[in-house]
Amino acid sequence: MKMSKGPISKLFHHFSAIFWDIVAALLVLGVVVFFAQLSRDFMQPLAESGGAVISLEPAALPEYALRTSLRMLVAMVLSLVFTFTYATWAAKSRRAEQVLIPLLDILQSVPILGFISVTVVFFMSFAPGKMLGAELAAIFAIFTSQAWNMAFSFYQSLRTVPVELVEASRSFRLSPWMRFWKLEVPFAMPALVWNMMMSMSAGWFFVVASEAISVGSTTVMLPGIGSYIALAIDQRDLGAIGRAIAIMLIVILIYDQLLFRPLVAWVDHFRFEQETDRVSPHSWVLTALRRSRWVAFAVAPLARMWQWTYQASREPVQVAVHIRDDMRSDGASWLDWLWYGVIILFCMGAAWKVATFILQSVMPGEIGEAIALGLATMVRVFVLIAVASIIWVPVGVWIGLRPGVARITQPIAQFMAAFPANLLFPLVVSGVVALRLNPDIWLSPLMILGTQWYILFNVIAGASTIPCELRDIGTNLGVRGWLWWRRIALPAVFPFYMTGAITASGGSWNASIVAEMVNWGSATLKAYGLGAYITEATAAGDFHRIVLGITVMSMFVVVINRLFWRPLYALAERKFRLD
Amino acid sequence: MLVIRRIHKSFRKPDGSELLVLDGINLTLNKGEIIGLLGRSGSGKSTLLRLIAGLAPPSAGSIIYLGNEVTAPPPGIAMVFQGFALFPWLTVLENVQLGLEALGLPVSELRQRAIKAIDLIGLDGFESAYPRELSGGMRQRVGFARALVVHPNILLMDEPFSALDVLTAETLRTDFLDLWSEGQLPIKGVILVTHNIEEAVLMCDRIFIFGSNPGRIINEIRVELPHPRARLDPAFRDLVERIYVEMTTQSVSAPVGRRTENFPGTGIGTILPHVSSNSLSGLIEAVAAPPYNGEADLPVIASSLHMEIDELFPVAETLQMLRFAEVAGGDIKLTAEGRQFADFGTDQRKRLFAWHLLTYVALAAHIRRVLDERPTHQAPWSRFSGELEDYMPPAAAVRTLRTIITLGRYAEIFSYDDEKHIFSLDNP
Repeated sequence: MKMSKGPISKLFHHFSAIFWDIVAALLVLGVVVFFAQLSRDFMQPLAESGGAVISLEPAALPEYALRTSLRMLVAMVLSLVFTFTYATWAAKSRRAEQVLIPLLDILQSVPILGFISVTVVFFMSFAPGKMLGAELAAIFAIFTSQAWNMAFSFYQSLRTVPVELVEASRSFRLSPWMRFWKLEVPFAMPALVWNMMMSMSAGWFFVVASEAISVGSTTVMLPGIGSYIALAIDQRDLGAIGRAIAIMLIVILIYDQLLFRPLVAWVDHFRFEQETDRVSPHSWVLTALRRSRWVAFAVAPLARMWQWTYQASREPVQVAVHIRDDMRSDGASWLDWLWYGVIILFCMGAAWKVATFILQSVMPGEIGEAIALGLATMVRVFVLIAVASIIWVPVGVWIGLRPGVARITQPIAQFMAAFPANLLFPLVVSGVVALRLNPDIWLSPLMILGTQWYILFNVIAGASTIPCELRDIGTNLGVRGWLWWRRIALPAVFPFYMTGAITASGGSWNASIVAEMVNWGSATLKAYGLGAYITEATAAGDFHRIVLGITVMSMFVVVINRLFWRPLYALAERKFRLD
Repeated sequence: MLVIRRIHKSFRKPDGSELLVLDGINLTLNKGEIIGLLGRSGSGKSTLLRLIAGLAPPSAGSIIYLGNEVTAPPPGIAMVFQGFALFPWLTVLENVQLGLEALGLPVSELRQRAIKAIDLIGLDGFESAYPRELSGGMRQRVGFARALVVHPNILLMDEPFSALDVLTAETLRTDFLDLWSEGQLPIKGVILVTHNIEEAVLMCDRIFIFGSNPGRIINEIRVELPHPRARLDPAFRDLVERIYVEMTTQSVSAPVGRRTENFPGTGIGTILPHVSSNSLSGLIEAVAAPPYNGEADLPVIASSLHMEIDELFPVAETLQMLRFAEVAGGDIKLTAEGRQFADFGTDQRKRLFAWHLLTYVALAAHIRRVLDERPTHQAPWSRFSGELEDYMPPAAAVRTLRTIITLGRYAEIFSYDDEKHIFSLDNP
């Protein structure tokens, strides 16, 4: 295909980006409808299958905590498997990349909490009446909250492996398998572990939300902290809620010490930057493992087996892969067109499916209503982000400029972001019920309860990177007060703040689904918003309205991301970078 | 051992047209020989090295190694990289072993050979260190050990010393030459890519001088001096001087770009190198001052200013384009205006510079004319970048515009807003 250069090709480029976004959005919605339809068909035989009997006894809590964290672990393993396959495929195949990456982008930004109801019934239909289906559904829900950003980070790392290292590994004739494990995976590791931690934070929220869920007449109650808290809410037992919160704190602490500290300390030597004067992270667990002879003894045979895979993957010299010319021949273009054709057909099918599914029982007028509800939720999200920013940006800058305070506060802020805020909901809700406050206003803070911390710890990180020289020159010139904020502090933390605000905004949309409609015993509080609409439809088992709600919310989130957050982020990157 | 015949290499530009980077390269590498590919950046010498390494295929022509055509990274050719290309997560020993592991050798032999190579290259004691714990010089030693351990016939070196400080680079060069002349290295031939003339004369038996746009060999020089060579030896200096003359003559008489005019600075399609107004006035001042008094030998002034040819030549050529100096025969000589410039104060300098810029650099005059003619006295970046891309690849267009912006700002003939990407006559 020949294109003229200049503005037209730019425009074309712009359109093609939008095109792939639309493709991805339609694919996601198509799959949701597919699940929804199947689920509806399976609804009837499932009506009887309940869940385990949950006890509010404190003695039961350790077991529940164990089960909950095991679910998290299984989902994390699945997410890793997904990451290594999906992202690698996208990075190695140009055609796959065109679809897979926008798809990931959409999946990353749509409110996944809305999907839970759809997938729960689907998975339960696999094993009717048994716990396995419910377990699968919960794990799948956690997986959907973890996998996307991990895969995205892995894909980006694969695309940015330093050219010289690639050349070195090719010139020393490493097999693709060996190159993957010796070069690409290690290079991607630091970013991947960071994203695993972020995913884990998101996952705790989902595990709590997905253990106890009822879709129409189907009720799932898996033994775990989420169900425990659901029952505690039902019985208005504040003591039990306190216990659940306490044990969750302990679980997250253990995860941090036993899993993430060692991981972070371990991946430190995969960092590509070569600076030496830096305090590297430490973990007592990792040190113990490294020094233990038992561990070394146990690992040695595994290492030998691994070594063997390298030898087995070696290609004989004669059939070594020939180098490809980077000037691709045009012969493949008809295949491209065929590929585009298949994609377009598929998308049209998905669009048709979504539209007919929704319109089966929903009046077109209701779509307008859903959009109005979406606007209400949007106003809430923006107001909340603004309020949280006004509070946390100055606090974060203050902390970030004091290394001693930052060292203590930073882990706490990250910990708060990991803590599932929905465990804290009952405390707030009981207050709202007792004081008879207006739910339209007072339920809103719940949406940002868990996500505001992203703003705080990103701003702290940003403020602590302000170079000393910049601060010294400010002092030297007597820059103080508002001028200091305007000229030094705010520009310096702006890119970091944007990262935090985008994460917080996405998280708040998600949280709106559980925050806009809450129960406290028999009392139900409802705010006017799209989240409440989705929750209500879920409770009623009305799949048409669930899909409508998700579709509208996804559109809101994606459009806001494209039109608001992305340009702002690009501006931050361009204008306020400090290097 | 290695025969290269009529190699052409071109890359496809985004608009579909082709950019020729290597044009008809012929050379051979004989047993026991170090050959040097010497040229400025952009002369395609690193590209040629990658073709030889089998990392990319040529567009035309053939590379024959031991009777076989190179179509993939061949066994027996190893490479040392400019940026070392070490795996930061592997220890020195593991880095060195990497190439052997790829060969599928048993673990015991792997280790033994790696340790031998480490000892040979002077790294014993550092086996368990990670690259980040080592200095630049030690890192490049690991790079050498990793290349030598696979017992290659041919060692390819891509500016291996240019990321090191002067002292370390010299130690590494002499260590390498010692091992080479004592016959301790398993290799039978070396190809060295460099832009450092003295390095080439110090190490090579034959030097191929590359010209730019498109990359081609403009001369082959045989170095008959016995090893070890001394930099201060008159014969050594003569040879360096001769290569300087060779390279400066080329840059004046040969076309600067394929589709540009023969005399630099006469058309708007001239690719401008990346130079700043500071380096221009700095060189004028240095040449005007004693002991040069307006006329200097390029190798002499390069070493006194600690500049490599890659840094010095663009500045000298830009001065020539602006008619502040003449560059020929390895010498730089200030013109009358150049001497005047050196004597002037800041404001007078700017006025003189503006006049020369508008008179001799067509692009500067063009931008100023467009801005004068438009009623708003404004024009976007794309107005000019599009025009330049008719003559040069997009990256060169960006560089050229960046340079003209720097020079134009210094001369105060126009201004540029990087936020809005707009040229204007505001506040010039």
